[in-house]
Amino acid sequence: MNAPPPTLIGEITAKLGKKWSSWLFAGLAISATGFGVLCLAVLLFVVARDGLGGLDWNFITSFPSRKPEDAGILAALMGTLWVMGLTCLFFVPVGVGAAIYLEEFARRNWFTKLIETNISTLAGVPSVVYGLLGLAVFVFGMNLGSSIVAAAATLTLLVLPITIVASREGLRSVPPSMREAAMALGATKWQAVWHQVLPAGMPAVLTGIILALGRAIGETAPLIAMGAFTSVFFVPTSPTDTFTVLPIQIFSWVARPLPGFQENAASGIVALLIVLLLLNSVAVALRYMYARRRSW
Amino acid sequence: MTTITMRRIEAKFSQKPDNSMSNGSASKVMEVRNLDAYYGNFRAITDVNMPMRRNAVTAIIGPSGCGKSTLVRCLNRMHELSAGGRIEGQILFDGEDINAPEVDPVELRSRIGMVFQKPNPFPKSIYNNIAFGLKINGFRGNMAEAVEGSLRKAALWDEVKDRLKDSALSLSGGQQQRLCIARAIAIEPEVILMDEPCSALDPIATLAIEDLIRELKEQYSIVIVTHNMQQAARVSDETAFLMVGEDRSGYLVEFDSTEKMFTNPSHEQTEAYITGRFS
Amino acid sequence: MAFLFLCAVLSVVTTAGIVVVLLAEAIPFFTHVNIFDFLTGTEWRPLFANKSFGALPLLSATAMIALMAMAVAFPIGLLTSIYLSEYAPSWIRETVKPALEVLAGIPTVVYGFFVISFIAPTIVRPIFHSETIFTALGASLAMGIMLIPMVASLSEDAMRAVPNGLREGAYALGANRFQVSVKVVVPAALSGIVAAGLLALARAIGETMIVTIAAGGIPNLSGNPLEPMQAMTAYIMEVASGDTARGTVEYQSIFAIGMLLFIFTLGLNLIARWFIGKFREEYE
Ligand SMILES: Nc1ncnc2c1ncn2[C@@H]1O[C@H](COP(=O)(O)OP(=O)(O)OP(=O)(O)O)[C@@H](O)[C@H]1O
Ligand SMILES: [Mg+2]
Repeated sequence: MNAPPPTLIGEITAKLGKKWSSWLFAGLAISATGFGVLCLAVLLFVVARDGLGGLDWNFITSFPSRKPEDAGILAALMGTLWVMGLTCLFFVPVGVGAAIYLEEFARRNWFTKLIETNISTLAGVPSVVYGLLGLAVFVFGMNLGSSIVAAAATLTLLVLPITIVASREGLRSVPPSMREAAMALGATKWQAVWHQVLPAGMPAVLTGIILALGRAIGETAPLIAMGAFTSVFFVPTSPTDTFTVLPIQIFSWVARPLPGFQENAASGIVALLIVLLLLNSVAVALRYMYARRRSW
Repeated sequence: MTTITMRRIEAKFSQKPDNSMSNGSASKVMEVRNLDAYYGNFRAITDVNMPMRRNAVTAIIGPSGCGKSTLVRCLNRMHELSAGGRIEGQILFDGEDINAPEVDPVELRSRIGMVFQKPNPFPKSIYNNIAFGLKINGFRGNMAEAVEGSLRKAALWDEVKDRLKDSALSLSGGQQQRLCIARAIAIEPEVILMDEPCSALDPIATLAIEDLIRELKEQYSIVIVTHNMQQAARVSDETAFLMVGEDRSGYLVEFDSTEKMFTNPSHEQTEAYITGRFS
Repeated sequence: MAFLFLCAVLSVVTTAGIVVVLLAEAIPFFTHVNIFDFLTGTEWRPLFANKSFGALPLLSATAMIALMAMAVAFPIGLLTSIYLSEYAPSWIRETVKPALEVLAGIPTVVYGFFVISFIAPTIVRPIFHSETIFTALGASLAMGIMLIPMVASLSEDAMRAVPNGLREGAYALGANRFQVSVKVVVPAALSGIVAAGLLALARAIGETMIVTIAAGGIPNLSGNPLEPMQAMTAYIMEVASGDTARGTVEYQSIFAIGMLLFIFTLGLNLIARWFIGKFREEYE
């Protein structure tokens, strides 16, 4: 045999043997996977360690304060509820409407293609850029100021792409036979979609909506970019009020060097994560429902 | 550990596996004994017993879902890669149980090659498709020669010799399947398993592969699953006929020389299936 | 129907809106500041009396932090995806994937907190002896962790799209799991994996809260990861959270920086789409 001159790597692999290099790699891959899970565990541990202690009724029902031990998240929590409620009012009909149009009615032409490419590109635009858009268009252009509506409108644009993509997947999972069955009974396309397809695809569509809402709740940068306040000492009462939200409140505490404020930040994070957890358990329940329905 | 591996590799490529008729033409290269194969709790085949003769073509026929694919995938321990895949019973290769704890399935598969229903060339060049198997098995000889040799054996050399660097995906379906055969024989296996190798091909490509199978049995032992009765009759020396039972589990109805099976089967079911009176 | 159509068209309007808004403020900015000086200047002093708008310190900070984050996220994410798609038994996959989804769903302001309260004081400072807890390195480590799930899930999708026949073909030739994964599946999924990396890089460039909280916010061209730095997004945060009046050069400057961000991320996204298209062509 005229063996080629052995290379270093070839030599090592031959020495280690096929089996050993395989085990080494498996170990590496398992460690990498474990690393991600470990990071999550450490992160949650650190947050819980620093934050659980301070999360009491007082913290939930107080306004921010110069003294860390008096400070609370009342304004931020209410602000989050206001902004999210209004955001839902905007993005749900628009997102689901766009999904229905694209999935059920749109003709396959260049314009539809343009819209689709555009949606997937928009999903990659940094959120802070949406904040600049909101600042120029809603805050100044429409003279809404740094208000709850302006924030909701900005967040709506931000989460529309994810909503549309997820809702379309939901609609697509409804078998075509369902539309045909309805239309064979004399229903118009519109009736078929409204009475058959939408209800059937609803769990998946709802899951997409919750996903988008979860994203919106955690967003900080676009709201700061559009001038949201960091310290608010009242509970908003109308959509045109100024506001703050939980992540911004957390940010303003993280940015202060006093250790007490770091603990406030951690407690605020626990509150934020609990809100997200509640939201996600709804999503999980829906997904479960959906999986059961599909297996029938 | 290292020395054993190296010795095996050298043995494998320096001296050709002993495929000669010295053990007598009736010698069994493989044998299946009381084989049950499961997917999770579902038993896909029940109590199959059959030999596979050296330097012969053994055909496996039977209706869809009777477990033909499952059976051949047990022979090179590919079955255990399926979800929930496990077996009971014995499979002997050169007289040794392939499921014994000391047998490395990876090494086993380099001695029992396999060709699949759908041609599955790697998305690499024609040359590298063949070289891949050689490299992962530690081949140290002249790669170009080895590639040419196996392409010649697979009757593909003349068609591809000027385009070895092209993507294998640019070949026609029949050429791709012959490339897969070349890829399998490049690493000098003793047995080649073929699971409906022609079902995705047109009649002319099918005939080319059948010719190839007849040539290859000079050097290798071949097990071929086929849906096509004429094909079984044309290429095989021995045939196993499987049926699927009440419990959806496949079982062996009859195993015999192909000639006997197609002229004078012992079972009524076999005759019904072969003559097409099968419901 | 018309309403549905308008909903769909809104996305195009949004894109147009972004471009118009960014240009509307960036163009006046470039009448004050020479675009060439902007792109090559090494001094970024927008808020002092003798203003200077050389964006290199911000650009280099963004590039450095994003690349260091990718150096963490890409190998770990790729190995994770290989493990999940080629090695893991289904019960592990079913457990790890939701955990990674949770990691991906955690708001980035929390990662910023994580740097300040854990990564910087217990990892970066003791090991690398940085002078402050606000370092580019600390921010990029957290960003790397944040991006792992994204790289892992996108590349896993790509690997799962590789037809099973290729794996079986390789196993049947006597390849072991390592060889099947690294020599067959990864090369076959390569364009999808490259796309995953590009999308994650775009995300890293646009990521705002981690760098704002954890990287220190001082324009710095030193290239030393153990010093504080200000990334492009962090500068936008700084100006926006202050009370800068509309129409001033500082106000316009955040739109100029925003435009650069938009161009970079858009470019990366388009290249990634191209790779994804190529991947789909191969396997669908
Ligand atoms: N991965 C799997 N998991 C569970 N059951 C399987 C799996 N693969 C095959 N089966 C079942 O095992 C039985 C035998 O399947 P197999 O593929 O071996 O049949 P076959 O004879 O090759 O059929 P065909 O002629 O259609 O290829 C069938 O009932 C099939 O549904
Ligand atoms: Mg089969």
